[in-house]
Amino acid sequence: MTDDASRKHWMGLLAKAAPQDLARLWAKVSMDVQFSFLRVPEVGAVMVRGRAGATGAPFNLGEMTVARCSVQLEGGEIGHAYVQGRDKTHATQAAVIDALMQTGKADTLREHILDPLREDLEQARAARAARAAATKVDFFTMARGED
Amino acid sequence: MYVAVKGGERAIDNAHAWLAEERRGDTSVAELSTSQIREQLALAVNRVMAEGSLYDPDLAALAIKQARGDLIEAIFLIRAYRTTLPRLGASEPVETAKMACDRRISATFKDAPGGQVLGPTFDYTHRLLDFKLAAEGETPQAPEAEPAGGPTPHITGFLNREGVIQSEPEGDEIPPDLTREPMELPANRSLRLQSLSRGDEGFILSMAYSTQRGYARNHAFVGELRIGAVAVEMEVPELGFAIEIGEITLTECETVNQFTGSKTEPAQFTRGYGLVFGQTERKAISMALVDRALRWKELGEEDQGAPAQDEEFVLMHADNIQATGFLEHIKLPHYVDFQSELELVRKLRREAQATSMPEAAE
Repeated sequence: MTDDASRKHWMGLLAKAAPQDLARLWAKVSMDVQFSFLRVPEVGAVMVRGRAGATGAPFNLGEMTVARCSVQLEGGEIGHAYVQGRDKTHATQAAVIDALMQTGKADTLREHILDPLREDLEQARAARAARAAATKVDFFTMARGED
Repeated sequence: MYVAVKGGERAIDNAHAWLAEERRGDTSVAELSTSQIREQLALAVNRVMAEGSLYDPDLAALAIKQARGDLIEAIFLIRAYRTTLPRLGASEPVETAKMACDRRISATFKDAPGGQVLGPTFDYTHRLLDFKLAAEGETPQAPEAEPAGGPTPHITGFLNREGVIQSEPEGDEIPPDLTREPMELPANRSLRLQSLSRGDEGFILSMAYSTQRGYARNHAFVGELRIGAVAVEMEVPELGFAIEIGEITLTECETVNQFTGSKTEPAQFTRGYGLVFGQTERKAISMALVDRALRWKELGEEDQGAPAQDEEFVLMHADNIQATGFLEHIKLPHYVDFQSELELVRKLRREAQATSMPEAAE
């Protein structure tokens, strides 16, 4: 009922969201959800890899902090989360939302949580891109007196 | 000889209490918050993340506060913390070609597709102290313009198409990890890149500078320098596909270096690579130069005996936590060692005196 591509998309949004933004949006939808932990929230590190020369063999660049969590709803749906940082509440909320996105609540959550998160992310990105664009060099060549 | 080994406890506790008081400084001055450090001392935070080898701006800011601004001490704190974290996995290699660039310049092509984007740089500033910053200032506002949209292609990609630069040997084997197994020499390039990326900025800078001054000369152009955000993807076993688990800022430098060629192979530029956490431009350029110098063997160059070509010398001395640990341990009590040396010197002196006495008597 959910295809991998859209799940990948919302899990990415939840992972990148600032914990306080997600908490605020989640509080606003005020859903009473019964769930149990399949994996209690846990903080760890993920080794980030790069490629030599951007395209060559992989190498270990360094780690980043990640919180993860897995939950199961009363209806049986399973939700997972791997989110940036060390916030266990963030991981729990993301896992619960991932599970709820597989239920009839999906449209509500998309409208009130995922879309606002995506818009915030796009806005922040556009703001940086616009500032970067303003620092782009416009070369001009002095006339050299050639014909 | 009996040497007291206990008794410092109270002195140590009091020393640490005084450290805490000194850390706070004059209480009539407002206390610094970690979010102020994160936002306003961002480049210090970036250095601590890069050399601490853990991307977490809040933790790096806390470490800087706790270390009273001593960045190597802060890096030490981060390194110690990261050993307590379980490893949840390894990411897919980051796609720097898809970077949302804050800055992207090339010293080799003026009209590089995507353009020369300066970003928030210190370049072209006059390095004059700005006393306005010491006063309460208004919030600065950066101008905006219409972005081009779409990812910025890598410069080396264009050169590659023409065949004038060596292509990177591809591969997907699991790279060695020096945080898991002790570094073994000779190291392959993956291991060297990991070591350089977390190495001390000052050390890597000096090594890179030495290559420019003629020790293992391999004249470098900055083919491209880019700074910006990339997504980090990891395959999640529970799902069976990769998801984005976050976004990090990276600095990447690709150098285009002196070419090689022979009767059988046409001339080609060679390359060096730097990739570092955060906005860390000096470090990334330095890393690329040292990476290139260390590649002499695989590129069939001669060993000029230069320090930057000496893998053992570079890799075993690049880590400032290893270095500071060994260096600073000599200030800790060595009473027993020293007593035995002192005894030895006294004994030698007594013996020397005893043998010279008879002559003096004559």
